[in-house]
Parts: sequence; C-alpha cells; structure tokens
Amino acid sequence: MSDLTRLTAADLAGKLAAGEVSSVEATQAHLDRIAAVDGDVHAFLHVSDHALDVAADIDRRRAGGEQLGGLAGVPLAIKDVLVTTDMPSTSGSKILEGYMSPYDATVVARARAAGLVPLGKTNMDEFAMGSSTEHSAYGPTHNPWDLDRIPGGSGGGSAAAVAAFEAPIALGSDTGGSIRQPAHVTGTVGMKPTYGGVSRFGAIALASSLDQVGPVSRTVLDSALLHDVIGGHDPHDSTSLTDAWPSFAAAAREGATGEALKGLKVGVIAELPDSGFQPGVSASFRAALAAMEAAGAEIVEVSAPHFEYGVAAYYLILPAEASSNLAKFDSVRFGMRVNVPGGTVEDVMAATRDAGFGDEVKRRVILGTYALSAGYYDAYYGSAQKVRTLIQRDFDEAFARVDVIATPSAPTTAFKLGEKVDDPIQMYLNDVTTIPVNLAGVPGISIPSGLAEEDGLPVGIQFIAPAREDARLYRVGAAVETLLVDRWGGPLLDRAPVLGGTR
Amino acid sequence: MSEITPDLVRHLGVLARIQLSDEEVERLTGQLDVIVDNIAKVSEVATPEVPATSHPIRLHNVFRPDVPGDMLSVEQVLQNAPDAADGRFRVTAILGEEQ
Repeated sequence: MSDLTRLTAADLAGKLAAGEVSSVEATQAHLDRIAAVDGDVHAFLHVSDHALDVAADIDRRRAGGEQLGGLAGVPLAIKDVLVTTDMPSTSGSKILEGYMSPYDATVVARARAAGLVPLGKTNMDEFAMGSSTEHSAYGPTHNPWDLDRIPGGSGGGSAAAVAAFEAPIALGSDTGGSIRQPAHVTGTVGMKPTYGGVSRFGAIALASSLDQVGPVSRTVLDSALLHDVIGGHDPHDSTSLTDAWPSFAAAAREGATGEALKGLKVGVIAELPDSGFQPGVSASFRAALAAMEAAGAEIVEVSAPHFEYGVAAYYLILPAEASSNLAKFDSVRFGMRVNVPGGTVEDVMAATRDAGFGDEVKRRVILGTYALSAGYYDAYYGSAQKVRTLIQRDFDEAFARVDVIATPSAPTTAFKLGEKVDDPIQMYLNDVTTIPVNLAGVPGISIPSGLAEEDGLPVGIQFIAPAREDARLYRVGAAVETLLVDRWGGPLLDRAPVLGGTR
Repeated sequence: MSEITPDLVRHLGVLARIQLSDEEVERLTGQLDVIVDNIAKVSEVATPEVPATSHPIRLHNVFRPDVPGDMLSVEQVLQNAPDAADGRFRVTAILGEEQ
C-alpha cells in the first residue's frame, strides 16, 4: 500500500468513501508519521490519545451505511488557538498550560460533525503574536525544508504539520498573516477568508477586528474542502456574516481546468517594487505572473499608496486590542495563578501575568495599554483606524480595474531560527504584504510559486480578492496551482528533503 | 528625544497588571519607541477628514432573543478555576492591610 500520508485530503477522502482504506488506517499512518518526524519538527504541542477511537467510530458508521460528510475519516490538525474539549488548549502560552475548555470552538465542532479526525493541537507563537513560532512558550517549530529555519508564524505548527505530511489539512488563524506567511515559507497553501466568513467562537482572541480562522493544506482544493466544512454563519459570533456562501470546493475544481485564467485581470501593486523583496522571491513572483500571462491572464499595474502605512497602523491596532483581550488572564477564573503570600488579588494578578506571559506578549500588552491610555486613544488607536479606511479605498479603486491582486506572500524565504527574534521591527516587516488584507477585511490566499534560486527554499504568491469573493480566490488559486505543478512536473513538496532520517 | 521613560513603562505595567522587573522595564523602554515611530508614520495620512473604520466589514449590533441559550453549568465554569469554594471563584484579599 502506498504511503497514506502523501495523499491529499481530497484523494484520501475518495479512498475512504470507496472503502479502499479505513479511517483507522489513515489515522494510524499519520500518527506513525508524527512519531517518526515530530521530534525534529515539533509541529504538535499535543497529540490526541483517542484519534484512533474517533476514526474507528467513523469506520463503523460508514460500514453501517450512514451518509457521512465528504471529508469524513480524514485526519485534521488543529492550531492551539482553537479550544477543544478533549485536548488542552494553550494558545502557545504558559499561562494556559493544561487548560481544558468546557466547549469546542465552532470550527472544531463543525469539523467533528463532518467526521474529520482531530490528530492534535499545533504549535504557535504565544497568543498568535509572531511570525516564526519562536515566541511559543513550548519551544519553536522547525521548518521541514530546513530544520534550522523558521516555519513562519504564528501558525507555524499547522503549516509545518501539513508540509511534513503529519496531517493532510489543518486549521489556522490569521490576524496579520499567520496562515499565509507560514504557507509561504513551507511550500503549502493557506487561506484567510473574508472577515466574518468563518466563526471565531472558541478562537482565543488576539485582535478582534482582525482575527479570522481559515484552512491550511498542501493543495488549493483541500483548503476549499475544509473551508466548506467550517464556514458560514454562527450565532455565537456576532461578527459572523449571514451570507450564503457558494461551494469553495466547486470553485477550486472549476479553477483547476485553467479556464479561470483566460481574460483574468491581475493587479500588481506599483508601490511594492521588487527591490523590497529577496531577489529569489521577486523572481519567483515574476515567473508565476509570466506563466499566468501566457495562460491568458492580463497583468495590470494598480496603485495602493496606503499599503506602506499598513504595518504602522497594524502595530497600533493590534496591541490595543490584544491588551484588552488578554485582560481576561487574571489568575481568577482559569489558567495559572502564582501565589503571593499575604498578597492582594492585584498582587497575585501582576505576579501571575509576569510569570505566565512571554516577552513578546508583555511587549504588546504594554504597548497596547499605552495606546489606549487616557488622552492618547484618538491620536493612536483612532488614527490607525483611519488608515484602515484609506487602505480599503485603495482596494476599492484597484478592484474596480482588476479581478484579483497578486503580491509575493512575504519579503523573504524562511530565515534562520534565532536570526530576528531579538529584533521586533525586522520581525514585524515579515507581514508587510499580508497585513493590509486583514486591515481591510478582504480574503487572501497564499499558494506555492516555486523555490528561490539563491537558497532553494519555498516562495508563495498571494492573491487578494474583494470582500466576500473567497470563491474567486479558490478558482484562481487552483488554476495557478495546476499551471505551476504541470511546469514543475509534480508538487513542490516532492522536492522537500526527506525527514525522519539521521541528522 | 523619547517620550517613553522607565517610569512610564513601570506605570503601564501597573495598569496592565504585569509586575515588570527592572531589567524588563529597561528593555521595554527602548523597544516601545517603536510606537512613537508608528504614530509619526500614521499621522502623515490620518488627517481629520478621513473617517475611522473600526471593523472591516460594516456591522450592526447583533442581538439574540432574550431567552436562556446553551449555557455552561456552574461546574463547567469552575472546572478551570485556580481556586473555588461554594460554587464561586475564590481569590486573595481585595484590599491590602494599609487600606
């Protein structure tokens, strides 16, 4: 039998439905893979001890003739920011070590109801603050392409898990690029849906006006299939849109025929010159654009003069919202409590938050507290909110002329672990092309565009569409993926080094 | 010139309920200058005539019918409490001795 971990979720689902393999076999194959490689990769913070029971139940129900969801029996990795009743949920923080949620996040509940088999919880920067997973309180995740390099962040665990074939698909969350930038550096696919397109109930909040949950996978179709399962209105999330969404899987399948590229107008942002990117990243980006043009797409230069203000606005908005959201970690209702003999509840809170939060979290909470303090709110938070309006207007004007916008997903390929960890400014610039998407609430997808010539590491291309046009991204993403995989003669991940050997 | 001083950072630590060590105060004082740069950058374009956007997709207040929904039990709510007694969270003294 061929290696079940190399299959896409779509192909595995087909074999499960046809009875060629059981969910127990598929789940066991992935657990074996985790046991073999996760000592090196460290994508998982927790591996489920009952995934095989869940899989056996799916197999039983299938054998009993029950009508199951399209992905029933397929294993799933879950970012630790999403709460689960049967596994700890820590958001990568010591302050929540061992926390067991009394309820499931809506996306987790929907995945369970669809018959997906949760394998475990994936590593992340603490409370999703970071671009490298180096800010996880439980140690970094390693990039499967080069174990000395970062897997991106904050969702480096989910991206590394699918890149290392430890799971076919995973759930992520994206506040400023935490799904798309890890996809870029690991040669995988990541989608940030339209703000409100996927429920955030049970996602441990970072910045509520920016956070969005989305799928992580090796192929565009697999992300679309998972998005179909988790998306749609949730009354538990008051920012959840009530729209009826089309089938994203149908859009991806339609896109794979290549027709989507004929006459497609692709915007390239004039204010993001190639000089702002590692040469191999811009070369890969230009090559992907040329391939699209050869397939019938039209490349149009568009202007987004306010993109360059995105990072500055983001680092005013995010800390402000994060400092409010993280106030709930107060040593009273859940999480860590540090005992202070004779201390008041306030002393206990301050000592607990000192011991429980890592450096990056403290940095952002203090920053946010400053931005929200009396007399500064309008100048800081309010001004940053104006930049959102300006970036939205840039997008509106661009989308009047083009169908999608394309950018490199991040400025560089995976950098070395430790290289930028003490330089927050450099770290923050990782998200220069992904942040405007969150600020404007529009959807964005990153798919592999190739390898950078100077270091042989993966590069991603990001496509952005107007709000609510998530299906367009699956159509275009699948078309470009088909085009490039044909040129490469196989998926990019086939060229990743073999893991699990001696190092 | 920087408006971020160690005393300000120490005060922010009190407001944020994080007990910062002297070493942390010193490090954060240097790093928080980033906010001053960000404000300067944003101020270039955040002029009075530009309206602020609080949420990227326009939202209205969302209400549900005022009837009990799927609620957690007291036991579930307390299951993660560091300390609890008589169906309530238990904490140390609210006021210090000098008060």
